[in-house]
Amino acid sequence: MSFFLGSVDPLLKGGVGWVILVIVLVKVLVGFGALMGAVTLMIWFERKAISDMQSRIGPQRWGPFGILQTMADGLKLILKEDLVPEKADRVVFKLAPYLVVVPALITFSIVPVGGTLHIAGHTVMLQIANPPMGILLMLAMSGISVYGVMLAGWSSGSKYPLLSSVRASAQMISYEAALGMTIVTIVLATGSLSTHNIVDAQSGGIWHWNLIRLGVVPFVIFVIAITAELNRPPFDVVEGESELVGGFHTEYSSIRFGLFYLAEFMNTITMSAIIVTLFLGGPAGWVPNVAHLRWVFPIVWFLAKTVTFAFCYVWFRAALPRFRYDQLMDMGWKQLIPLSLGWVLIVAGFIVRPAWGFLMIAIVLLAWIVLTRAFALGYSRERGDDAILRTVGRRPLPGSVLRASTDEES
Amino acid sequence: MANFMTFFGGFKLTLQHLSRPTVTTSYPQHKRAKQPRQHGRHVLSRYEDGMEKCIGCELCAGACPVDCIYVRGLDNPPDHPVSPGERYGYIYEINYLRCIHCDLCVEACPTQAITESKMFEFSFTNRADAIYTKKELLVDDQGIPQRLPWEDWREGEAAMTGGWMRATSPNGEAAYEGVVQWTGDLGFGVRAAEAGQSANRDDATTGSKQLRNVFPRHLLPEDVPLDQRGVQGMINQAKAKMPRRHRKDSN
Repeated sequence: MSFFLGSVDPLLKGGVGWVILVIVLVKVLVGFGALMGAVTLMIWFERKAISDMQSRIGPQRWGPFGILQTMADGLKLILKEDLVPEKADRVVFKLAPYLVVVPALITFSIVPVGGTLHIAGHTVMLQIANPPMGILLMLAMSGISVYGVMLAGWSSGSKYPLLSSVRASAQMISYEAALGMTIVTIVLATGSLSTHNIVDAQSGGIWHWNLIRLGVVPFVIFVIAITAELNRPPFDVVEGESELVGGFHTEYSSIRFGLFYLAEFMNTITMSAIIVTLFLGGPAGWVPNVAHLRWVFPIVWFLAKTVTFAFCYVWFRAALPRFRYDQLMDMGWKQLIPLSLGWVLIVAGFIVRPAWGFLMIAIVLLAWIVLTRAFALGYSRERGDDAILRTVGRRPLPGSVLRASTDEES
Repeated sequence: MANFMTFFGGFKLTLQHLSRPTVTTSYPQHKRAKQPRQHGRHVLSRYEDGMEKCIGCELCAGACPVDCIYVRGLDNPPDHPVSPGERYGYIYEINYLRCIHCDLCVEACPTQAITESKMFEFSFTNRADAIYTKKELLVDDQGIPQRLPWEDWREGEAAMTGGWMRATSPNGEAAYEGVVQWTGDLGFGVRAAEAGQSANRDDATTGSKQLRNVFPRHLLPEDVPLDQRGVQGMINQAKAKMPRRHRKDSN
């Protein structure tokens, strides 16, 4: 048992005493508290930044620069009446928010926030857990949170949430494939699933970051796919106000709605942290030789990188209009999944031998040509000249059709 | 490729907006200056000799699209007439739960008796307060609109009634722009004409501001007025911000 635990975390190598229990407990509590604090700040930051980008003022009433606005909103939500619709499936309806929040919390536990510390003769990693399956935990958790969204919409007993949950499940599943493929390239390059090892492999300068080492393509695919996975703008068709009222949480009120809100922003922070971990070397960065304070700098680097990505998400929301649902699906299945698959092949080829790499590039190019032709054919059969089913209701109608249908026989 | 780069135009624009001043203000603490033709709570005005202008003709009630005005006229008592005409309005009520501040009553009035002030920040806690009677609407003996406890009047607003009538020629003819066609008010005399589009407009006295002068930094480059472009424009803007007493060319 202790051997198994030791392979997970050097802290647990020599059995579990009470000192170690306290250390683990403190790690968990600090992580939880920091994440919760970060979420309140993130909500405030998003509202403030987006109002600046729209030449508005934004929250301003509570605390300096309105920084306590989230607290006020949370308090308001807790004190509101908690409604369950009559047609709702009560058990599932009440369960769904927790299915979204708990995975959001758990995902953060695998993110390495800093390097290692030495406390009372023990080596402490500045991450809550370092399970051997590492990054797979993140995929699993994002898979479970799909259930939360899906069940929330289904159990509401209302049509718009149902439509929204159908969209959510389709969207999240189709983007998870591209997401998984890019993670495969990272795992291939690192040779380990553990996030600690992934970060370790990237330490030693900016040229060792996966962002540059794997080519920029996996990074771009990952950012797009994770934005879709988060249901954040421009991929928030799940919550499209103009079409679906509030989306899957239309029927939710009070603290249950608050939990969805919390989970959404918690996921934004967590996924920013995951991007930093996977592609930007996590806490890696320049560390000045200051006695006793060397452990602080990796944390600062990590925070700086994460905040940058959090800002990027806000920026996306301000700058980009929402995708149409079919555009979203086209992008996921026709572009991101083939591209990420091809890139996995190329990276795998280069890891074995450069010659194999170039062969893979040739194969991928060939496949790209075939695929492009196939898509063109498909489009032509669906909507083009040799369409099997003619398009109905094209507007404006051609003049000949209009005349035939309106003019009297002469 | 050009099409692809326009994709990033939104990112650039939103970043630029970070450094621009906000359009909105922090409302209850900072209140923006009202426009000269702002529609607010109504005022029944009086002539310079203290006579009421209202003649009880009920044209305002007829013009009102939401039927919020109730007027009844009565013959003037011969020994102490209330208005210079034959009749006067002895009941005049406006229901502010219905009023939409469209100012059609002001346009309909043949004697400029009913005008609108710029005061719009008033709220009430019961229905009786919402129905203003002649007692509340009529100006007092100094010609100042009455201030009810729940109304938020700002400095100098009491003197700014009747904006629409003095804005351009009331009958809409451009030739009459700036020409006085209105009667005097109790306590103020014949009020000055407000800004039209003519050369003799006096923005400084009437408080008119053009939007493009208020928000020059929010305009597209080609919409910026010629006198506010380039280095000379920056100098002009700085001059406009200076207090009036430091300005040499005070008009």
